Amino acid sequence: MAELINIRLGLEGSAFGSIAAAVIHALLLLHVVAVGALVFIWMERKIAGRIQDRLGPTRVGGKFGWLQTLADGLKLITKEDITPQNADKMLFKIAPYVSFAASYAAFLALPFADGWVANNVNSAVFFVLAVLGLEVFGVILAGYSSGSKWSLFGAIREAAQVVSYEVPLGLCVVVPVFLAGTMNLVTIGNMQAGYFTNWFVFHDIFTFGTFWIFFTCATASVNRAPFDLAEAESELVAGFHTEYSGLRWSFFFMAEYGSMFLVSGLGAILFFGGWHGPIPLMSILGLPESGVLGNYLANLAGCVNFMLKAVVGVTVMMWVRWTLPRLRIDQVITTCLKYCVPLASVCFIGAVGWQVLDLPSPSDWHLGTGPAYKVHEEWATHTNNSAASGADDRGPETTEQYQRESDQLLPPEPDDADKPLTGSSGSPRSLTATPLGQELSP
Amino acid sequence: MNEKSIVEQLEAQFGDQIVAVELDAIDQWIEIQPASLIEICQYLRDTDGIQLEMLNCITVVDYLQTDPKKAAKLDWEPHLEVVYHLSSISHKHSLVVKLKLDRWQDEDQQLLPDVPSVSQIWSTADWHEREVFDLSGVNFTGHPALKRILCPEDWVGYPLRKDYQMPQEYHGIRGR
Amino acid sequence: MSSQLDDQRIIEFDVRTDEMLVNMGPQHPSTHGVLRLVLRTDGEIISQVEPQIGYLHRCAEKIGENLTPRQWIPYTDRMDYLAGMNMNLGWALTVEKLMEHELSDKAKHLRVLIAELGRIASHLVGMGAYGLDLGTFSPFLYAFREREKILDLFEDVCGARLTYSYLTPGGATADLPPGWLERCQEFLDQFEPVIQEYHALLTTNAIFIKRTAGIGVMSAEMAIDYGCTGPVLRGSGVNHDLRFHGEEIYTEMYDGYIFDVVCEKDGSYPVDETYPPVPEDAVLGDCWHRFYVRMLEVVQSIKLVRQAMERYSSASGDWGIPIKLSQRLPAGEAYLETEAPRGQMGFYLVSDGTAIPWRVRARSSCFCNLSVTAPLCQGCLLADVPAIVGSLDVVMGEIDR
Repeated sequence: MAELINIRLGLEGSAFGSIAAAVIHALLLLHVVAVGALVFIWMERKIAGRIQDRLGPTRVGGKFGWLQTLADGLKLITKEDITPQNADKMLFKIAPYVSFAASYAAFLALPFADGWVANNVNSAVFFVLAVLGLEVFGVILAGYSSGSKWSLFGAIREAAQVVSYEVPLGLCVVVPVFLAGTMNLVTIGNMQAGYFTNWFVFHDIFTFGTFWIFFTCATASVNRAPFDLAEAESELVAGFHTEYSGLRWSFFFMAEYGSMFLVSGLGAILFFGGWHGPIPLMSILGLPESGVLGNYLANLAGCVNFMLKAVVGVTVMMWVRWTLPRLRIDQVITTCLKYCVPLASVCFIGAVGWQVLDLPSPSDWHLGTGPAYKVHEEWATHTNNSAASGADDRGPETTEQYQRESDQLLPPEPDDADKPLTGSSGSPRSLTATPLGQELSP
Repeated sequence: MNEKSIVEQLEAQFGDQIVAVELDAIDQWIEIQPASLIEICQYLRDTDGIQLEMLNCITVVDYLQTDPKKAAKLDWEPHLEVVYHLSSISHKHSLVVKLKLDRWQDEDQQLLPDVPSVSQIWSTADWHEREVFDLSGVNFTGHPALKRILCPEDWVGYPLRKDYQMPQEYHGIRGR
Repeated sequence: MSSQLDDQRIIEFDVRTDEMLVNMGPQHPSTHGVLRLVLRTDGEIISQVEPQIGYLHRCAEKIGENLTPRQWIPYTDRMDYLAGMNMNLGWALTVEKLMEHELSDKAKHLRVLIAELGRIASHLVGMGAYGLDLGTFSPFLYAFREREKILDLFEDVCGARLTYSYLTPGGATADLPPGWLERCQEFLDQFEPVIQEYHALLTTNAIFIKRTAGIGVMSAEMAIDYGCTGPVLRGSGVNHDLRFHGEEIYTEMYDGYIFDVVCEKDGSYPVDETYPPVPEDAVLGDCWHRFYVRMLEVVQSIKLVRQAMERYSSASGDWGIPIKLSQRLPAGEAYLETEAPRGQMGFYLVSDGTAIPWRVRARSSCFCNLSVTAPLCQGCLLADVPAIVGSLDVVMGEIDR
């Protein structure tokens, strides 16, 4: 995008383009997080109401209370800014921003559609998990600096919980990374193009199990019930954000809902095909190949698809929250160490074994795509020859490029002369789009 | 075993320490000397056949008529009565034990009357005795931590006494 | 107001190093009213709990020395305000015991009917609030949805939803309005299947069992020693219910009714097939058993209400005309305990022969139940404290009076 801006404004080579691109991306993501939080809070109140046999917000903004959160947000902004006397002023003030920044920064590497990502980091999975783990700093700072013992309790519990759950979370995430052979989220998403049989969650029974463990660990790492003792109302008044009110408090909640969306989105990409739907509607309609506008529309549909999947994940988290009681901290850690870690390890070994032994899986049916990639071998080959092939270090942007590059490295198959190679209609170029600014090599 | 036979057994055991027995009242009661309270209560709780293992309630009734005209017609002197309601879960019977005390050990120094504490015998007496101390002003000797329970720690006076006057003010709040 | 430094209401504790002194309440989402728990904790483990009460003390007993017994009925309502009918009943029976006043059969059946409905309403709150303590909000609202229907029934009877002052010495202030029995029948028919929802959400829920089974285990001896009564006592396996084993003036109300005392006898409860079995982690005398006893008591109360409705319709006599407002009481004293939803509620009345009692004393069940918190909470985790206090189901109005 940076170069495109430069070209349009005739400022080739200057930094203006990059800065402008960065600002645009940042604003877009900020909208996703902020408006997302708005929508999620409304959704939570409605879902909670319905589960509890009542209605939820029904007045502000029409019959369904659409604008309730906006009204609440306005109220929070106009509240008096109270800092407790015993609080460490500076830490107290920056804590919510640290939390929010961590949650927001992780969005930088989360793709919403093919190529629609602020920064296509090659090790995106690793980046997202690492940055997400920084959110706990905000919580610890908040609890510690509030000058209240209750907040401190909440903060310490949260620290223990998040740190413990990073282990099984990492183990769960490694399984689809292993299946895909890359940590690049765009590539992982594109690998699951076509019908839902290509989705990693249906790849084998162990990956299926991994998804459920991933979801549990993700719920624990964003502090949602039944693992929400950091903000346990009935014991700690409000836990680490007891002393917060007004805008500072709302930042914590934007961070929480942002993280919920993030881990659900991550799960959607890793397991449920990301922006590729259960049926490859866009490629059936032939949109991606019909010019730039068609390509854009296909990507837009993919983005909407992705967001829907993430929203489903968030809805399930809310549903669970309003149904189940809360676990005690020692039970939370027990669940992690005695249940999640061993189960995740077993699933990991199982998935690895499945791949190594080359056991059959639904993705072998290639519904909606070209021949299956034996990606793991080529990934290894590709990195060895990356300099030779002339590709830049950011790795292959599109699957088409990938296929092209990998095919250059493989010896040609002797028999299958009519075996489709690059650029055939069956391959998932249906949803490829070059990221703005990177032209398709001739 | 009904109350009558409990009383008979008690009289056989403790004889002179039982001051009065009233079996015709709606709830039969016995009155004992404060000094023998612990012994008798221990006996009542532990003896087979009696086993009054639950202390239901400790109450203090303040017998003081503040109106002098009515006081002249009465046949009792001002005193406090500590009433223990005991019951047995295994035998489904109950008994009331009473003590008569002077209202003050030393009125000038406002020294409260002493009663031995039964909290070692029935743990529930812990809180009941604190309440009695708080509201009626009876000092229980041997109690683990005798302090006010319902009124604030720095409250002055014993509200359930008949001659109690609400303080004029308490920490700036007007009393009456 | 005096300055904070010399405010003697602040109690000084000496704190050893690496221990925290944490204050739970008096304002706290889960202390069932204004209760202050001062906890001494080593990290998450509690080494000492000291409950401090008295924030709701209104000295109703002193007021009782200036009012006639019928005038004092509203004060009993406000003691255990979640089970007002049962409090009224206790006081009414005590006065009738002193006066040796006889009631007609119809009045007795009416009292059973109302008292048992009150028991259901009270247990619904206890159950829902317990879920709330443990972090699950929805059962609380489901329980209140059912309780609303009971309160509507009570409103039809006496005009009030919470502070009824309905059952008075002599009977009740008014008879049941027409059509009330049909509405009550409708409610019961609709309510019985709903109880299964509570089982799914709470009784058999794995997380709920993890939070309550084996927590706060109290032996039968300890329960009796601390004067615990009601579901707390029966949850420890002691078979004692005043409706069977109490004084005659109270048990004769329940003469001829068929119901069970909910208590584990020889390892099992009197349950039918709709009730879930006891999980293996649950130890007799722990929080889960106390909760389970309440759930079963609701079912027993439904049985009682159905029987009472039939007997009331076919009984003869008046509905219990109350005694005169300034009725002279005979000299003497009477003490009576009744089985309130939270335990044995006792009233002690000393009369000197005039219309105004000499001394009135309310023996609160929750007062004794709460005193067991200190030994029970020792050595448990911080998150267990609301679990234990919630299982005792205390109402501060009754404790402080």
